[in-house]
Amino acid sequence: MPIRHALTGKRFFITGATGFLGTALVERILRSVPDAEVVLLVRPGRRASPADRAGREILRNDCFDRLRRELGTSFDEVVGRRVTAVGGDVSRDGLGLDAEGRRLLAACDVVVHSAATVSFDAPLDQAVEINLLGPSRVAAALAEARAEALSEARTTTRDATTPVTGGAPPADAPPMAPGVHMIAVSTAYVAGTHQGEAKEELLTSNRFSLDVDWRAEVEAARRLRQDLEAASRRPETLQRFAKKAREELGAAGEHLLAARAERFRDEWVKDQLVEAGSVRAQSLGWPDAYPFTKAMGERALIESATVPLTIVRPSIIESALAEPVPGWIRGFRMAEPIIISYARGLLREFPGVPEGVIDVVPVDMVVAAILAVAAGPAPEAPDAPAVYHVASGVRNPFLYGRLVELIQQWFAVHPLYDDRGQPISLPEWTFPGRGRVQRQLQRATKAMDAAERVLTALPVRGRQAALSAAVEERNTLAKRALGYVGLYGAYTETEARYRVDRLLALWESLDDADRAEFCFDPGVLDWDHYVHDVHLPSIVTHARVRTSPGRTVMASRSDRARRAILSPERHLAAFDLEHTLIAANVVDSYAWLASRHLPGRERPGFVAGLVAQAPSLLALDRRDRGDFLRFFYRRYEDAPVEQVQADAWELFHRQLLPRSFPAGLARVREHRRLGHRTLLITGALDFVVAPLRPLFDDIVCARMGQSGGRFTGHLDELPPIGEARAQLLADYAAAHGLELSQSVAYADSASDLAMLEAVGFPVAVNPETRLAAIARRRGWHVEHWSRAKGGAARPLPIGPLDVRRLTSARGRT
Amino acid sequence: MTPRPGLVLEVDRSTPPTLFWHGERFALERLPEGSRVVYAPEPLPALRDPSAAIRHALTHPLGDRAPLPALLRPGMRLTICFDDISLPLPPMQAPDVRQLVIEQVLDMAAEAGVDDVVLVAALALHRRMTEAELRHALGDRIYDAFAPQGLLTQHDAEDPDNLVHLGTTAEGEDVEINKRAATSDLLVYVNINLVAMDGGHKSVATGLASYRSLRHHHNPRTMVHSRSFMDAPRSELHSSNWRMGRLIADSGVQVFQIETTLNTDTFPSQFGFLQRREWEWSLRDRATYAATAAALDRTPPRIARQIFHSIRAPHAMVSVQAGEVEAVHEVTTANVWRQQGVEVDGQADILTMGLPYICPYNVGSIMNPVLVACLGLGYFFNLYRGKPLVRPGGVVILHHPTPWEFHPGHHPSYIDFFEEVLSQTTDPVEMSKTYEESFATDPWYVHLYRTGNAYHGVHPFYMWYWCAHALDHLGRVIVVGGDPAAVRRMGFSPATSLSDALEMASDVVGRSPSLTHIHTPPLLMADVR
Repeated sequence: MPIRHALTGKRFFITGATGFLGTALVERILRSVPDAEVVLLVRPGRRASPADRAGREILRNDCFDRLRRELGTSFDEVVGRRVTAVGGDVSRDGLGLDAEGRRLLAACDVVVHSAATVSFDAPLDQAVEINLLGPSRVAAALAEARAEALSEARTTTRDATTPVTGGAPPADAPPMAPGVHMIAVSTAYVAGTHQGEAKEELLTSNRFSLDVDWRAEVEAARRLRQDLEAASRRPETLQRFAKKAREELGAAGEHLLAARAERFRDEWVKDQLVEAGSVRAQSLGWPDAYPFTKAMGERALIESATVPLTIVRPSIIESALAEPVPGWIRGFRMAEPIIISYARGLLREFPGVPEGVIDVVPVDMVVAAILAVAAGPAPEAPDAPAVYHVASGVRNPFLYGRLVELIQQWFAVHPLYDDRGQPISLPEWTFPGRGRVQRQLQRATKAMDAAERVLTALPVRGRQAALSAAVEERNTLAKRALGYVGLYGAYTETEARYRVDRLLALWESLDDADRAEFCFDPGVLDWDHYVHDVHLPSIVTHARVRTSPGRTVMASRSDRARRAILSPERHLAAFDLEHTLIAANVVDSYAWLASRHLPGRERPGFVAGLVAQAPSLLALDRRDRGDFLRFFYRRYEDAPVEQVQADAWELFHRQLLPRSFPAGLARVREHRRLGHRTLLITGALDFVVAPLRPLFDDIVCARMGQSGGRFTGHLDELPPIGEARAQLLADYAAAHGLELSQSVAYADSASDLAMLEAVGFPVAVNPETRLAAIARRRGWHVEHWSRAKGGAARPLPIGPLDVRRLTSARGRT
Repeated sequence: MTPRPGLVLEVDRSTPPTLFWHGERFALERLPEGSRVVYAPEPLPALRDPSAAIRHALTHPLGDRAPLPALLRPGMRLTICFDDISLPLPPMQAPDVRQLVIEQVLDMAAEAGVDDVVLVAALALHRRMTEAELRHALGDRIYDAFAPQGLLTQHDAEDPDNLVHLGTTAEGEDVEINKRAATSDLLVYVNINLVAMDGGHKSVATGLASYRSLRHHHNPRTMVHSRSFMDAPRSELHSSNWRMGRLIADSGVQVFQIETTLNTDTFPSQFGFLQRREWEWSLRDRATYAATAAALDRTPPRIARQIFHSIRAPHAMVSVQAGEVEAVHEVTTANVWRQQGVEVDGQADILTMGLPYICPYNVGSIMNPVLVACLGLGYFFNLYRGKPLVRPGGVVILHHPTPWEFHPGHHPSYIDFFEEVLSQTTDPVEMSKTYEESFATDPWYVHLYRTGNAYHGVHPFYMWYWCAHALDHLGRVIVVGGDPAAVRRMGFSPATSLSDALEMASDVVGRSPSLTHIHTPPLLMADVR
């Protein structure tokens, strides 16, 4: 019977519909199988219902564009009628289904389990929960749901005193499907990568496969998670995370540092579990945790299956050949990041044997194969499932060397462009062994780690800091490349051949119409065409890399950000002072004021004293800005208030203004012109910032106590620094009826992180290294403001000599 | 030996290369044969006894004015106003002429028993002077006697409490000036008349005015109709100031004007070659030029700037006259001409000039691109009487590095003017309509002008209006050695060498143009027939 007819009106239960394969499957069923309905198992989001998530993450994918076009305005109605989302999770026993979910499951004719964590570097326990236990949980839930439905049907039937057979089920409940066929999607690589031929048979029949007790593996993985959680909380480990957080964020404030340290702890546990997964997998002969856990999953499934079962094992699934459109792909998978890294010049080598076969299969072929399996007769006995490979390696081998050649040819014609709009030239691959590439990359990342440490420690800002952020980014990319080599190297060196005899037999059984519509014969693939015209154009578009020369992309992005910042809709613009508007700090101001009336002969001593203390002051500032300010401001003790206030004006005009960023001062005034409130938040003293008063609606700064016309050296209240700024901003916005989400904040250093995070439009101004890195990662707008060329060149912030002293001698004669 | 008059030299094969200023450097350029080089007269001899000359002027006033001692009486309010840091250039060696004059005025006031005396620096919209600058202009004795009591003030064109509106001229021009000066029984104004545009009614009507008053003559229309603003009778700028000055006199403000002229002994002896004609350079001149040029080539511009700005000119006073404004100014102008005038026959296709490191608005500061344009196209271009040295549609070639640099303390609004205004338009009329108001009233610029040492927000516009006549008159402006981006921003063309500039000029003035070069220093005024 043609596939279309066989499946008409059937009800499918699909797990993993948010994934690459799952999305394609749902789309194909809705488009090509009349009246078929799909029930999707969707993990409920934190706020979104399963239906919302299905709408947003599945139906809005561009996979459905074609169907949307074909159905026109009736799309929503048709989809609403034929698609049902139920909340649940394959990592929970019983799938976490409620009664309604179980009833829907029981009523399905075909259950396709495609949920998996496909990332090759998933933490072991996660891979175990999803890949290993997932399939058997689906099977168990299915059995349970059907049993439940059956007993309910019996009860209903008894109550209604109607015969068991031929009786109509209650109208409000979906009927239980008379027969069900479970199709579990696995991977061809469960058979490992280091053997000659892998047949389409159960792993238990494979003479190479080790008899591993999957229950023991589950147990071990769960225990390992607990052990690592405990280990990560040991004092010395926690101290390490705290230190790392401080290295990254500097004096950003306790809350933010704590949050970052906790993230480091989480990441550490995860990394350990990833490592454990791949080591365990390799110890049993699999390249990594993914095929290992999938293989264990097949075993567990077969043990617990009570319904007819087919296992479909695709090899590496890549973009669609034709359905729904050529090149359709969802998410970045395994080959894509490698190809893009290569085209960006980041991956100078990738291991592999040019004569090796790289087993790739387009996603629409896998979908077609699954539908063909579903349309065919289900295997009789649950414990004797059918197994199909969907792989190309035997039928239509694609040599790794040829793939690299095709990629090189394509990017030679369609190069990617770097930040400066220059085409990136491609590295020549020499197909070295995996070890050599890994060693090379390790050396490179080690060097970059060192460079990064040095750069972070340097007191640079602005464009230099952006440079070190770029080093950091390159380092991250290089590390990722190293990761790819480690993870995927095995797949380019695969020696195994995944036979497809059963798949081809299934293909042979199809009529011509089905073959035309549901093609899954890897023999039809023209690899040159597939790589050049289908796959590469698609992934380059998805990667959002620069494919045209010139600087327009960057410029327009920053223009857009600036327009958004300077929109009349913004409410408030908050500015930090030091190094954001003026290239000076509290020490400069103090030195200037303190030396203002010093006679010439006392100046060298004063300067020497200050210079000698510089390192300890700098260290204190880095440790805690609040402590630093309190400590430093003591120096003003006993200074005459009136004199200092008068001198502060001179300080401003002769020392600070020449060191200001004209573009910054212009920006403040632009905000005012646009009707935004402007606020200066600084740890500088009130008399130092007094000359800036006309620029701002309000100034929040440090205030020093006075007594008897002299400064006390003690602050009236804590200066607004670090995290206090976020709170202050929130209070200020609330007091003036402003929204922080509509506000802009300008700052230069990671110690202002809290303030920047508090607003909707953070701007990093001449950021120092840490903030440059953060801004780059988070896509924050960065302004490079410079001092007016020609500003004062006083190498030391020392006040001018009193003129009187110079001229008094002459005056007397 | 009597100083020789000015000279127009025709360049021939035997003419040595001509010296050009180039900011903080010099260049020797070989001008095409047949070019004319205009040399200023040599410096006039100094007054032998300046103090006696001043006393004579104060006691023998010109025009309808009594001698100064007769105008002074106990209980009166006396205000002495004086020109600010923009004059003279470079600042003169101590003692400054202002100090010499004001000391005598104060002595006379003391003798007459006047004790309500206030000194006002006539800043107009210029930056406030620093303590050191005031001490230099007035001497320590005056500074220490007046400044601590708050009796030495600087005119504040934005202080509503210290301005008075005296009325409106027949042409509808507001006259609003310093209240203390306007309400005094006697206003003594002490000027230094460096060039012909200075002095006269302009001293009070401009130096002590507010923006509201200044905008009536500091605008593109007036400047285009001032041909030139160095020639008062043909200057709309001066007509307006004269109307205002007469209104000030008519409203009862009694002005006792003291004007001085200086000779053109502009540079100290170590820069002697600057004052001499190239073919007359002695061995010593050649050696010092070579040494100076070589040293400057190796000196960072910043240091070179500091060195040049520390130069104090040996300027000497050659005349002093006092009394009623117009009578005094007539004599003063004649004295300026006596020192600076040179007769030049006819206009040229191309006018070349080397621009120095200094102009009236960057003493102790940086000559930013707007000031470069102002010095070349405002001041030097207008150093003529009769008709411009260059024909209509001709080309001016400036020689200056024109760095994209600004002094943020002195010229804050220039920075924004260069970024925001010149990037949109270089047309003086257009910018005056669209942008002037917002710069003139920007509270931040007003704040910096009033409390710091910043030029007023509107000042860069005035500098550009100063060029309006030249921009209107010329076919092209080329800057040799200028920063290309800065030069283009102003609508001019950058050239790397004088020969490139001449090549570029040929597009406008043809293959065999006539060329005139104004040789500075010293300053000169061309009487073009």
